[in-house]
Parts: sequence; structure tokens; C-alpha cells
Amino acid sequence: MSQSFDEITAQLRNRHRKSAWLKWVSMGALALAASFLVMFIADMLVKGLPAFQQAQIQVEVSYSERSQEMPPAAVSEDVHRLVSRGFLRTLPRRMRDNPDLMGVTRLEWVLADSAVDQYLKGNHSALKESQRPVIDELAKQGRAELKFNTRFFTSGDSKMPELAGIAAAAMGTVMTLIVTMLVCFPIGVMTAVYLEEFAYDNWLTRTIEININNLAAIPSILFGLLGLAIYINFFGVPRSTPLVGGLTLALMTLPVIIITTRTALRSVPDAIRQAAFGVGCSRWQVVRDHVLPVSLPGILTGSIIGMAQAMGETAPLIIIGMVAFIPDVSVSFTDAATVMPAQIFTWAGEPDRAFVEKTAGGILVLLAVLISLNATAVWMRKKFERRW
Amino acid sequence: MLTNQIYLLFSAVLIALGLAAFFLARARASHLRMNGTAMVAQPDQYAWFSVLSTAGPALLAAALGAFVLLLLGADIPILYLLGASLAVAVIGLLVGLVQVRPDFHARQAIERVIHGILAAAALVSIVTTLGILISIVFEAVRFFQMQGFWDFITGTTWAPGNSFLAAAGRGAENASAAQFGSVPLFAGTFIITLIAMLVAIPVGLLAAIYMAEFAPARVRNLAKPVLEVLAGIPTVVYGFFAAITVAPIIVDVAGFFGLEASFNNALAPGIVMGIMIIPFISSLSDDVINAVPDSMRQGSLALGMTKAETIASVVLPAATPGIISASLLAVSRALGETMIVVMAAGMRPNLTANPLEDMTTVTVRIVAALTGDQEFESAETLSAFALGLVLFVVTLALNMVSVIMIRRFREKYRTNDL
Repeated sequence: MSQSFDEITAQLRNRHRKSAWLKWVSMGALALAASFLVMFIADMLVKGLPAFQQAQIQVEVSYSERSQEMPPAAVSEDVHRLVSRGFLRTLPRRMRDNPDLMGVTRLEWVLADSAVDQYLKGNHSALKESQRPVIDELAKQGRAELKFNTRFFTSGDSKMPELAGIAAAAMGTVMTLIVTMLVCFPIGVMTAVYLEEFAYDNWLTRTIEININNLAAIPSILFGLLGLAIYINFFGVPRSTPLVGGLTLALMTLPVIIITTRTALRSVPDAIRQAAFGVGCSRWQVVRDHVLPVSLPGILTGSIIGMAQAMGETAPLIIIGMVAFIPDVSVSFTDAATVMPAQIFTWAGEPDRAFVEKTAGGILVLLAVLISLNATAVWMRKKFERRW
Repeated sequence: MLTNQIYLLFSAVLIALGLAAFFLARARASHLRMNGTAMVAQPDQYAWFSVLSTAGPALLAAALGAFVLLLLGADIPILYLLGASLAVAVIGLLVGLVQVRPDFHARQAIERVIHGILAAAALVSIVTTLGILISIVFEAVRFFQMQGFWDFITGTTWAPGNSFLAAAGRGAENASAAQFGSVPLFAGTFIITLIAMLVAIPVGLLAAIYMAEFAPARVRNLAKPVLEVLAGIPTVVYGFFAAITVAPIIVDVAGFFGLEASFNNALAPGIVMGIMIIPFISSLSDDVINAVPDSMRQGSLALGMTKAETIASVVLPAATPGIISASLLAVSRALGETMIVVMAAGMRPNLTANPLEDMTTVTVRIVAALTGDQEFESAETLSAFALGLVLFVVTLALNMVSVIMIRRFREKYRTNDL
């Protein structure tokens, strides 16, 4: 049966319309994925940026015998609930450390209670109705305002939101990552060198290869079970410490480092190896003096990516107890510590609303570090990329 | 003396011995050569060989000794062990020095030792896998001795109850016996995974189709790293996002339609997990679609097919094994994902198909069992290992199947290219 030109044209138009439709739908999918990212980051910024500011109020603090005994007496009755209890608690110590203060009464900017902080930021606040006019009055006189929250970067965790900071968790992260790096970088690079440069193709190397791919795909929480059963219960490594956390994360990061290092080694052209063999180098000399130096940027790039992954990991660390409450910054590998993601997890579980912004603030810091780490890796890859 | 100081002293002495080995052997070799002896290796190579023969056996002895002591549980002080290993180091040093002979192939010896060290490093990954398997199986078996295996697999009630009291010897005080039926946990895991896949697979696959078939190079080069940012966000952050932002939105939307949703509904973690997995699916599918040979597209276009028809009836069917295997990998990720569900899904084992209700997953229960205050020996704590074992087996099987499938797929097109 023959078709008229018009029918064929209509059919063709219909088919082309379908084609365009697929193009737009698939483009929409990509845009949707990108918009998730934008939405997500915008949400974190809105929730987290207030955490970098904290309310302070200017009150008269009187240092006296009476306030030594009973710190709330240091400030007048009508404001002592507006001042952070954490600040009041430090008063006796300050007087002991600095006897000159005794008997002095002066105006000071002090940390406000988190209810005041939330009220000034316009959030739902636990502030009593009777106290609101007091704060409004102080704010009008310029004696209550939001200032940059340095404590957030210098102090450890606290049950009082106005005092809580990320310093202890940041220190814990650094120490945990040092342990991870020290364990998994040498072992990972050595494994990759063995598989790429030394190993013969036999059942052993094939088993190792399959194993590495499996390890890369095992759910991270199972590494926590491993850490608990082997490191803590069998070898007796102390719980909650950067040591056990680092060792656990090292096993998790190992496959990433091995796989990226192998790719880096494979990209070194054989001509370099042949030239070195040609002048009489042994296999190890070829690797040490020629292959490794040439592939070092690639290896480092892979290691940075692996470290960034380890830095964001939480699940196995919860299992081995690294969600400890750490108010003081410690610098020992065998003391209880917490890490940034675990701190975020702890804060997210706090019922106090003021912790929501602390959580999001911590997330912003973590994301900033992670994105800059990944950006460094991308930049290194670009800079040192070589075409042979 | 503190244990820390003992270790410090041990390392200091070992490093000193190593340095001594290096310089003594090099001096000896240089001296020999200076006297006109022809030697088969360079002085530095003799020096490095001595270092290896000093430190290697000593470290090996210390590690083996420590491991054996730990296994046997013998009560020998660490001081003796380290002392013995230092004695081994001194012997090694002497052996190294004696070996500085003109006819000794120091370079080959180093080569062999290094080969051995590298092979040992490669074995770490096998040891890790074995470690995971042994630790999990061992504890899981103890759990199954307390609770029947069949009850665990088929039971529909998960109520650990007061099993920790039983472990503490106060079992008589709690009236209700603990029940460990894992079906509700696996059902919850399955439903949340299903929701995640319903979000991730269409969006990820379509995004990959756009990037591979339609997008100009500029868009493609921009989109890939942007999607990778999505993949690099820590899961704890996604969990917070799900619990604080997405769950209330879902409750509001459900309320608008007159439905009641729990704040710990399964939809929020499912959707957010889907968002997390999008880049994973899109980048794997993108690779697979790119691997379909161009000759197939050309053939199809030459027959007058439109672009959409080519994609739908030629490119995608060819890429199907790869896409399925990418999806399987994504499923195994979603099954093992912990932080999102811990923060946003409920704690209550709830056998239901309604995603607006709260439900719990395997990983949530693992975390809950291991963060409580109960004894390690209690059935509840050990149940975490039983759940972990099932998780391990399932994800391993999924990974294996998908790796095999993708390998077949690649091989198929490798031969076609010839």
C-alpha cells in the first residue's frame, strides 16, 4: 500500500518529535541531578551559616567574694539567665588565675545563652516572654549583637550549644587520617607495584586482584565489625581512639589507593622500563629510579581522593566507638577522640534546636575541606598529566 | 618502664643498628674495592643488603613472636620479646658484614628480599578479607548457637527485648523472651533500596544517555565533575539532609493529600539515597554506552532511524548487560548504606509496604546493637554480626554477578571490533 508524501512527512515529523523529546527528557534528568546538588548546598548554607555567628551581650560583671562562691551573682538579677552558664562557670577560675580582678566591676562583652542567640537570629527560641523585652532593649542600645563565633573553631564539644565547637573533632580527624595514611599508603603502593611490575600471572595474583575489587565494594559498616572483632576484642587496641579508627579506615582506603596507583603505574610507557633494563638496571632499580618518580603525581592524586573518602566516612567509626563526647582537644593517638563526621552525627542527634545550625555549620566546614581536597586532586591531575 | 618507652627504645636501637650496618658494610666494601679486588656489586648495594639482613629478620621475629604470644595468651613480658628480636638484629648485622665478599651478588639478594616484601604487602588485602569473614562468621556462629538459624531467617518479629539481662545472669527477671526474626529488617532494607533505585536508575540512566549521545563536549566536561561532587559528599551529610529537610517536606506533602506520614518515613532516606547513587549509575552507564561501537550507531542511522530510535532499539539493548550490572552494584551499595538510614529511617522493625510509615533496616539494627550499653556476649550484640554476615553474603553475590556480567559485555565488543 502506497503512502502519500504528506503521510510520510507527518510520520517523519512525528519520529523527529520523539527524538527531540528524548533529548529534552534526558537533558532534564541531568538538570534534575544538578539541581539536587544546588538545592542541597543552598539548604546547608541557609542552615549552617548562622552557626558562624554567636550572640554576645554587654553586661556589668562584678568580680567579688560572693561571685567566687556563687558565679550567677556576678551579673545582675535581670540578665543572669541571658548569659551563658558556660561563661559563668569560668568566673571563679578566672579570679583565681588573676587575683587583680577581685573587687573590680566592669562592662564586658560576654557570651549569651543559646536561647538569646536563637531569638536574635529570629528562630524559634526557648526565651521566656518576660525576657524578650530585656533583650530587645539591649539590642536597641547596641549591647546585644551577633559576633563572629571564634569558639566554634577553637573549642571541643559541649552540651551547651553556645559553647560547642569543632576543634576536638578536627584534631581527631587529623590524627586518625595520619594513622590511616601511614598504614595504607605504603602498603597500597607496595601492593600496586607488586601486581603491576613484579608479579607473574598465576592463581595467587589473580586471587589478590579479585580480592581487591571485592574489598572496594564491601559495605563500609562491615569494616567497623572487623575493627571491633579483630582490633579491639582480639588485639586489645583501645576503643574510640584515633589509632583504632585509623587502622580501620586504612583497610577501607587500601583498595582505592591500590586501584589508582595501578592505573598510574600502567600509564608509564614501557619504553622507559626497556631503556632502564637496557642499561642493566635490576627490576627494583627500574621501579625505584624510573617508574615510581614518573608516576608519583598520579599516585598522590589517588591517595588524596582516598583520604577524602576516609575523611567523610562515619559508619565503621560508630561501631568502634568514635562517637565519644570530647570536650577537650587531645593530641594523643591512644586517647578517646572523635572525628568531624562523627561529631556531625552526634550533633544531629541532639534534641536542642540550636544544634541544628551547629550540625549544618560543621557540615559546611567538612564540605569545604573535602571539596578543596578533591579540587587539589583534579588540579594535580591536570597539571601533571603527560601524554607520551 | 612504660610500654610506650619500651617501643620507643626498641625502634631507636633498631634504627641505630641499621645505620651501623649500612656504614660498616659500605666501608668494608669500599675498602675491598680500593685494594683492587673486582666485586660483583656496588658498595651501596652491600650496605643496603646489610640493612635488610639486620632489620628484616628482627622485625619479622618481633611480629611473629607478638602474634604467637597473643594467640597462646602466654604471659611473657614484651621486654623479653623485643630483647630477643634485637639479638636477632645483631646476628643479622654480623651475617650482613660477613657477606661482604667480592663474589656475593648483593643486588640480586636485595631484589629477592624486595620481591618478598612487596608480595607480603599484596597479601594484606587477602588477610583483610579473611579477617572480615572470620570475625563475622565466628561471632555469627555464636549468635546462632543462642538463637536458631531458621528463626533468624524466617521470623517476622524482631524484638531483642531484654536479652542483655539474660547475658548478665538476670534472665528470670524479664518475662518476654527475645525474638530475632530478621524478615522485617530485610523487608525494610528492601523497600528503602527499591525507593532509592526508583529515583537513581531513571535519572542516572537518562543523564548518562544525554551525556553520551546528545550533549556537546563542553556540557559533558562540566557535568561529569559536578556529578562527582554529588558522589563525594559524605553519607552523614546526606543523612542530616534526609532527616532535617526532606522528611518534613514529605510529611507536609502527604498531609496536603490527606495522608499521614511518620517523620521517620522510609521515603526520605530512600529518595536521598537515590540522589546519592545517581552519579554512580550515570558514570558507569556513561562508560558502558560509550563502549558500544560506533559502527552500530552508523548502521542504524544509515537505515534512516532517528537518533531516539537508534538509542532505544540499538544502543540501549547493546548496553543492557552493562547497565544491569551497574544497577546491581548500586543495589549492593544501597543495601549496605548506613548513615542515611541511621539518621533518617526509624528504629522500629515494622513489616509494612507503606513507605510513609517508619521502618528500619539491617544496618540500622547493626549500629543500634553495637552502640548500646549491653554486654558483648549478649545475643543482641552478637545479632549484629549475624546481620553483617547476611549483608556480606548478599552484597558479595551482587558484586560478583555484576563484575562477571560487565566483563562478558566488554569481551563481546572487543571481538566485534576486529
